Amino acid sequence: MTECLQKETRTLLQISQVSKITSVFFGGGTPSLAPPSSVAAVLETASQHAQLAWDAEVTLEVNPTPASRDRLRDFVAAGINRFSFGVQSLRDANLRILGRDHSALQALQTVSEARTLCPGRVSIDIMFGLPGQSLESWESELEELLPICDDHVSLYQLTLERGTRLFRQVSLGELSVPGDDVTATMYEAARNSLENAGFLQYEVSNFAKNNAVSVHNMGYWKAQQYIGVGPGAHGRFVPRALGGVQREARTQTLEPDVWMKEVHQRGHGTRRRTQLSHLSLLEEVLVMGLRMTEGISHQHWKLFSPEANVQEVLRVREDVLELQQKGLLILDERGLRCSWDGLALLDSILPVLLLSLETFFHTWRPAPTPTTAARRTEREETEALSPPSERNTA
Amino acid sequence: MQMLRAISTLLSCAGRVRDVKICRIKRRSDGYTKTCTLMRHRWMKSARVATLCATTRELCSSAGKNIDMSKFPVDRIRNFSIIAHIDHGKSTLADRLLEMTGAIAKTERNKQVLDKLQVERERGITVKAQTASLFYQHNGQTYLLNLIDTPGHVDFNYEVSRSLSACQGVLLIVDANQGIQAQTVANFYLAFEAQLTIIPVINKIDLKNAEPDRVEKQIEKVFDIPKEECIRISAKLGTNVDQVLQEVVKRIPPPTANVEEPFKALVFDSTFDHYRGVVANIALFGGQVTKGDRIVSAHLGKTYEVNELGVLRPDEHPTERLYAGQVGYVIAGMKEVKDAQIGDTLHLHTFPVEPLPGFTPAKSMVFAGMYPMDQSEYTTLRRAVEKLTLNDSSVTVQKDSSLALGAGWRLGFLGLLHMEVFNQRLEQEYNASVIITAPTVPYKATLLSAKLIKEYGEEEVTIINPAQFPDKSQVVEYQEPMVVGTIIAPDEFTGKIMSLCLSRRAVQKNMVYIDDHRVMMKYLFPLNEIVVDFYDELKSMSSGYASFDYEDAGYQPAELIKIDFLLNGKPVEELTTIVHKDRAYTTGKAMCEKLKDSIPRQMFEIAVQAAIGSKIIARETIKAYRKNVLAKCYGGDVTRKMKLLKKQAEGKKKMRRIGNVEVPKDAFMNVLKRK
Repeated sequence: MTECLQKETRTLLQISQVSKITSVFFGGGTPSLAPPSSVAAVLETASQHAQLAWDAEVTLEVNPTPASRDRLRDFVAAGINRFSFGVQSLRDANLRILGRDHSALQALQTVSEARTLCPGRVSIDIMFGLPGQSLESWESELEELLPICDDHVSLYQLTLERGTRLFRQVSLGELSVPGDDVTATMYEAARNSLENAGFLQYEVSNFAKNNAVSVHNMGYWKAQQYIGVGPGAHGRFVPRALGGVQREARTQTLEPDVWMKEVHQRGHGTRRRTQLSHLSLLEEVLVMGLRMTEGISHQHWKLFSPEANVQEVLRVREDVLELQQKGLLILDERGLRCSWDGLALLDSILPVLLLSLETFFHTWRPAPTPTTAARRTEREETEALSPPSERNTA
Repeated sequence: MQMLRAISTLLSCAGRVRDVKICRIKRRSDGYTKTCTLMRHRWMKSARVATLCATTRELCSSAGKNIDMSKFPVDRIRNFSIIAHIDHGKSTLADRLLEMTGAIAKTERNKQVLDKLQVERERGITVKAQTASLFYQHNGQTYLLNLIDTPGHVDFNYEVSRSLSACQGVLLIVDANQGIQAQTVANFYLAFEAQLTIIPVINKIDLKNAEPDRVEKQIEKVFDIPKEECIRISAKLGTNVDQVLQEVVKRIPPPTANVEEPFKALVFDSTFDHYRGVVANIALFGGQVTKGDRIVSAHLGKTYEVNELGVLRPDEHPTERLYAGQVGYVIAGMKEVKDAQIGDTLHLHTFPVEPLPGFTPAKSMVFAGMYPMDQSEYTTLRRAVEKLTLNDSSVTVQKDSSLALGAGWRLGFLGLLHMEVFNQRLEQEYNASVIITAPTVPYKATLLSAKLIKEYGEEEVTIINPAQFPDKSQVVEYQEPMVVGTIIAPDEFTGKIMSLCLSRRAVQKNMVYIDDHRVMMKYLFPLNEIVVDFYDELKSMSSGYASFDYEDAGYQPAELIKIDFLLNGKPVEELTTIVHKDRAYTTGKAMCEKLKDSIPRQMFEIAVQAAIGSKIIARETIKAYRKNVLAKCYGGDVTRKMKLLKKQAEGKKKMRRIGNVEVPKDAFMNVLKRK
């Protein structure tokens, strides 16, 4: 497996002709089960084929179990300098419902160990909207959580995925999750508590103290290029070595054994390559960018759309104006962003903006000629440094 | 609705029907196929499908030459129909009669031979009348018995009376277990009013729980027919079926027609065939007709030449001639269905006759909007509707368009079953998926001012579309259509049924015990009160034992009002509804609740209101949602997230904006469609 990860990293870096790597993220599944030596090997390969900055953020996603705790030190030695823990809840009953194999106590111990190893670079994931959870129990859980947090918190609402045991239990009525109004209040309560505790919300689900934002994830929201390595990994980059000028969305083969076979044969296990049109890219810029509290600056937008500014694109539909009048969306000299209330309604706001963008694109704009497309990607290449996402489901 | 559904029993051999359709090669793709393709198929079991159509004609004509219709003078002809409540065994008896007279081979598979439409076989009902000429030996003589099959439901009374006009007698079938049911009564009166000989037949005597004695008493009591006249049979097993044929010959009088008189025939049915034009079913009231004769339709005065004529056995069987008293078909180069108007009289070009009394055209009693599920299917659907209506002139079609549902039609039907059947045929025979709106009834308004009368062209206007409802200030009086409903049920349900009827603004006309335990009640109903769910409710409260049927009872003055529905103060045109004053509040409230459940929450609050004029009578609030955002969105989630958002954006395009409220098409469908 390690060999395949190295091989694919090498191949994809070559295809992308990326010169500088700003961050690496080992995530998806349970990468902390992989031996620290694998992490070291992949990092080594990456630095052989591109410039891996000395201060590059290298994150590992970890389940806060005792087994993981014992290996944290080795991971640091292998090159990890940031940990992200799936703590999820401080209630053992909740952890059981979620099917986690750690206890609240184990989580606390693991997080505290990590904080001594990487002070200021430990993130924890917490979850609300769990079966049987009330607003009061959520608020008291938050109270307990805040003191053990380091400088970064990711806050998620439980989403029931079709096909899971939890989904079945809820649809059969064995368990019940809080309603929309309750989870809205829970989200609001968490945002307030975290801000009171000194955390700044910088994205829909992410909060940081002392500017400890995740460089890697900011890359996604700023629509930078990234390379996905490992079974089921996703990437978005321009395959320059293949003569590409447009960005591609790439997905690696999901089944580990098939993926390995493909890497052996072809050097990589890319299952799907989709060229992103200029419109698709702008759509991603919009959708991802508005997740950040800072939104999309005029400058940032111009990188991707030098021809038409945000105002021009959004004035096509009058319902965009309605959103502004209701105070959900802000468009000013800084750029485009959601208000505090608007951020919680982002998924209702985005379709309106996407329609406006699409209408603008089809009505006002001539189809992009190859020259303009080429010009754009050149600029992108010099501007956007490329954080590859390392994924390992081993 | 169930009314219709109830009908039947016999399981269809749908597979065979399909075979038949295919081998008829679309020629009669517009349904109402007249002749029995099924049977050709059976006769020619070994024939290859491809050659079937070509050879059939020859076979028929050569066989036809063997039948000399002049051998059947009027006194050896009997024209009759079978009438019954659904499921009482009409089609099974018809199958037996056909077998016994050799019209069809006797096999296990003869099930509802005369019911050719898929919908007929599935629902066990007859929608379109069929005809079969039977040759029957009695006392050494061959008789020509013309069985004119009728639709079993009052919605198709028009068809029934058409069929009955060509008959002198009927077999009234009653189930030995269920006894007289609502449709039995309705059908009896149709035959009675037409002064036909009625032969009561008690069917299904083979059933374990058959009670023929009780049923005979019911017949005596309700229809005033001596119980000695009842024939007890089992159509399924063939028991006493021969006696039925004997009694047909003995009791039913021959038609009164004279072969010496000039040719005079009633068109009692017609179908359209793309290759041969109109096929008209005729009953000869006088004279004779032969190939090459030049005939005139009295109604239009157009002249045609007879190309082909013959009897139906039940497939078309060409003959040389047809004589007075006989029933058959004629093809005479008529290009359109309206060339052979049902009820029209045909006569020879050279001998004009006094036309027979025709029929009053069928009147639409129930209206519903019909729209394609997707506007791109409009043209396909239009073609399907055109084809279906070609052979069902009782459906009225009017173009309509709704802001929410797009372009469509407002269709008028004879009744609810008729509407159901039409819809089902569209789906089954034309593979069209449609939205049918809740049915409405035609109201009338008597206008007040001379100016308005001039504007509308008449003093009394019929309102089909609520949008055209004239304001109360301009109207002397509104009227609504009424029906007399017959309900027959075990007496233990009487109380419940009475309160149900009362809640539907019905007035009791009478109530009689038809035997020790069964009650027949007659109520005057506003039609509007029974069009939606009355029958379902009646069935469920009586554990399925109550039967219901209704007949037209004209119009009555009514206090009608128009309710508008508003979303954040903006009226939604397509929801405007006309109701009786007493129903305004409940209807308004129910619609508001439905709207509330169907419109998704949005970023702001939505007021859903029902209003009469400027007065709000009901209100519901759809609260704004406060959170709608996906928690996690990192590199691996982008593709999926984009897909989802693009889909939502696409969906938004299809929504109808009323003020600032976006209403998905589904919401309108939920509110407007029939349950």
